[in-house]
Amino acid sequence: MSAQPCRLAHGGRIDRAQALRFSFDGRAYTGYAGDTLASALLANGVSLLARSFKYHRPRGIHSAGAEEPNALVTIGRGARREPNTRATAVELVEGLEAYSQNAWPSLGFDLGAVNNLVSPFFSAGFYYKTFMWPGARGWRFYERFIRRAAGMGAVADGADPDRYERIEEFCDLLVVGSGPAGTAAALTAARSGARVLLVDENAVHGGAIARGTAGADDALAAWHAAALGELRETPEVTVLERCSAFGYYDGNVVGLVEHCAGHRPDRPEGIARQRHWIVRAQQVVLATGAIERPLLFGNNDLPGIMLANAGVCYLREYAVCAGRELLVYTNNDSAYAAALAHAAFARVAVVDTRQEIAPELVRACAQANVSLHTGSAVATAVGSRRLKAVRLVGGEALPCDLLLTSAGWNPTIALHSQAGGRPVYDGERQCFLPGSAREAWIAAGACSGAFDTGSCLAEGRDAAQKALARLGVTPADIELPDCAPAFALRPGPQPAPQGKCFVDLQTDATTDDIELAVREGYASAELLKRYTALGMGTEQGKTSNVNALALLAARRKEPVPAVGVTSFRPPYTPVTMAAIAGRKQGARILPTRQTPLLGWHEEQGALLGDAGLWKRALAYPERGETRQQAAIREARHVRSAVGVCDVSTLGKLDIQGPDACALLERACVNRWSSLALGKARYGVMLQDDGFVFDDGTTSRIGAAHYFMTTTTDRAEQVLRHLEFLLQVLWPALRVHVCDATEQWAGIAVAGPRSRELLLRLFPDTVPGLPFMGVADAEHAGLPVRILRVSFSGELGYELYVPSSGGEALLRALCSAGDEFDVRPYGLDAMDILRIEKGHLTGSELDGNRTLADAGLARLAREDEGFIGAALSRRPGLLDPGRPRFVGLEPLDPAQSIRAGAHLVAAASPREPDESLGHVSSACFSPALGRHIGLGFLAGGDERQGSVVHVADPLAGTHVAARVVSPCFVDPAGERLRA
Amino acid sequence: MIRLRCPHCGLRDHSEFTFLGDATVSRPGTEAAGDLARGGAWSDYLYLRRNPRGVQEEFWHHGRGCRAWLVVTRNTETHEVLDTRLARDRGDRA
Repeated sequence: MSAQPCRLAHGGRIDRAQALRFSFDGRAYTGYAGDTLASALLANGVSLLARSFKYHRPRGIHSAGAEEPNALVTIGRGARREPNTRATAVELVEGLEAYSQNAWPSLGFDLGAVNNLVSPFFSAGFYYKTFMWPGARGWRFYERFIRRAAGMGAVADGADPDRYERIEEFCDLLVVGSGPAGTAAALTAARSGARVLLVDENAVHGGAIARGTAGADDALAAWHAAALGELRETPEVTVLERCSAFGYYDGNVVGLVEHCAGHRPDRPEGIARQRHWIVRAQQVVLATGAIERPLLFGNNDLPGIMLANAGVCYLREYAVCAGRELLVYTNNDSAYAAALAHAAFARVAVVDTRQEIAPELVRACAQANVSLHTGSAVATAVGSRRLKAVRLVGGEALPCDLLLTSAGWNPTIALHSQAGGRPVYDGERQCFLPGSAREAWIAAGACSGAFDTGSCLAEGRDAAQKALARLGVTPADIELPDCAPAFALRPGPQPAPQGKCFVDLQTDATTDDIELAVREGYASAELLKRYTALGMGTEQGKTSNVNALALLAARRKEPVPAVGVTSFRPPYTPVTMAAIAGRKQGARILPTRQTPLLGWHEEQGALLGDAGLWKRALAYPERGETRQQAAIREARHVRSAVGVCDVSTLGKLDIQGPDACALLERACVNRWSSLALGKARYGVMLQDDGFVFDDGTTSRIGAAHYFMTTTTDRAEQVLRHLEFLLQVLWPALRVHVCDATEQWAGIAVAGPRSRELLLRLFPDTVPGLPFMGVADAEHAGLPVRILRVSFSGELGYELYVPSSGGEALLRALCSAGDEFDVRPYGLDAMDILRIEKGHLTGSELDGNRTLADAGLARLAREDEGFIGAALSRRPGLLDPGRPRFVGLEPLDPAQSIRAGAHLVAAASPREPDESLGHVSSACFSPALGRHIGLGFLAGGDERQGSVVHVADPLAGTHVAARVVSPCFVDPAGERLRA
Repeated sequence: MIRLRCPHCGLRDHSEFTFLGDATVSRPGTEAAGDLARGGAWSDYLYLRRNPRGVQEEFWHHGRGCRAWLVVTRNTETHEVLDTRLARDRGDRA
């Protein structure tokens, strides 16, 4: 086991009995259970972890939490490689492999660091100003090189092997943060009997109590442990650790991501790696704490420079003393805890920008042998890859290998801001506090500006009591432990930084960049952010925002609030896309709809395809057949014998009520009052704008009872449309429309022998059934609705039977007699048959066709009483030059055309020509033995018999085709009336 | 996530609903067809929307619930939902 030179012999919450091996950039190290990657590296004396984004400057660990801007590393290899992970947020596990990123060839010797030498050229806006040449394509050319140089780690090599989950959650009170305030709030709510969810992003609950930054207070720690134990035992309370509340959305909905398995080296089966919680909370207590901000000075990015509380945290929680000569640089009282805590382990000096220090602090420093420099300031840090000393403003040099800094605390108000509360600046505490709440949240503890533990505890309790009162729950009271007396945090002056000073360590935005941005006119907070990239990294301005605004305000000689506030957007901490997707991956991205006959199709060896959400049988290839060969054979069989096809996906609407006919007359262009009982009619609906909306067959099966079928594609839209008419436009109409799509299986039986076939099953019903007739029959104890309609152009029927009986009816049809040779036909064959017949589908009725365009003008009534009547008569829609529905036959029967091709007059593809229309559907027609197409052609009626050219530059073809009638087969309709 | 209190189903996520926009538009009668060439009332009804910043009455359809058309009074700036009613309770609109 290698030594851990910076680890203390005693103390901390780490388990020295459980040593864990891990590696960083291939070198082996040892840490302990309870470590983070950051604390273990610090214990091993590793201070250089990363190279910075732009200048490739050496960077170390800056913080001990979610705010870490510097120590971004890549964890793992292969498909589980995760780049840009904050070392401070990675729990150490046995065998962990971590790698530095953004350095080449190595972290110690990084060629990219040459950027640092020429840094005057890399000022704000540099990329945009420089790489625009030559012309608009310039940036695109340079971008890939720049992106590689400004590397942010490489993504995983393969598909993510882990499982992710999503949980929908409801609670009375969500408490975010389990520090003193959050724990007090959760305990109060739990004792009041509320349903509570308490979450904390860290592995260990307690916030400042666990990190040791609330002071070494045993009574407080004992109270917290007891409270947490009680919460875990309370049935209506859920306590989650490693769970970050990353987004606060409308309706008091909060997004959480829980890390369930990453810290478990055994990767147990069945446990998701991460869980995405969507919490609908009646009330929320935000106890998100505060993040320290650094004082600024030259070279403030050197490894060895940290936030003051991070130093305390590494010392108390992880028993790591990261330096031997410590300098604490502060302008407020809170950092003295860091100085005093380290005094037993290192030589400690304090540089305080204030002249006057509270006498008790002066006394405490003297007792602990901490030297004190008041009214002083650090001008610059000295060192190359690691801090060696600082030079004070007066010129004095102080040797040190660890600098802990504090310029005060920024309440963590990202969630508050996402929830619509505009932050309010507090000049005394030099920070932004949560604004007024728009959603139902209450801030408690450090995030509301209370920086002492006693106030945090009381605020947490009070916030929960207030939230519960809003819910009408009588709040319980809880006893709180005694804490050190409250103190007010009043940061002193922040000296103007000198030299190369980084405001945002992650994006390498410097004080000079801010100066330049202001000089070039980007002087508002929002513009500054976009011009310099300040706060735009994964760190999202957690440590840098307030400092940047203060500098901007000073430069503009205005108060901070006048300069602006930057708003926060989700996510507060990085969230993997996999966690958002959850189990909606691959085939589960969308739901799959299955017809009642799907099992039968699979049994027949059908080739299945997607039609919207439906799985449909495209074709039933026999041995060695291609999909197209199968479809042609199936279509031929329908024209010569009889075929069966699953049409269950058609929308089926049951329309009943005394005003059912009136509704149909208003919704459709057709006349319905003349439709006799037991008859069906082809109907067409328009949209209000006068274009065709949908078509289908509606049959009258009772005096005030109709059965409508819609196209598969538009079923949901038609239903919604009819509901709109009935509920919004004409609620006085006494009609009910009910969706029966999934209640009925539909089977089309088509072909010259279809009647003979059906006679076997329905000898009483079929003989008297005329074309467009409908009758009710029975099969195997279930009702069967028989419609004599035809989409194929052959003698045909559609049978509708309750879904449970669909498969039995289909089997009965197929086994009704060997002499019929009943064969299934799929969607492809159905498409061939209807193209041959010139029947319309969604390819033709695409929302831009009038009745006249589609050759349906004869259906429309003269009156104005139907939807779309008025606007269908606008001059533009009556223009005779509009493209009209035509059939197309390539002059060379062997030549094919494709849907989507344009129709032009020019015979040569080289001559640019205006489009006269397009091909909407095309196929090889077995009935005609040639390729045919349907389409829309300007002046199509007049051009019948003439030749146009089908231009398909994507296929590289230009085919001469004759304009013909769209009805290629049996134009007189003798077969279907046979 | 906006949550709407459906009069039939209670408080539900917006993912159960579809949105249709301004519910205050009035559908012209058939006699309004006369000035079609110049746009007129039909054009306003179909294509023109006020898109206010602030309170608006709008149509929502509870398609993954009770299938009711609702008139929701909502602040487009804050997303605050002030009222939810059944559209059919307004009576005939055309």
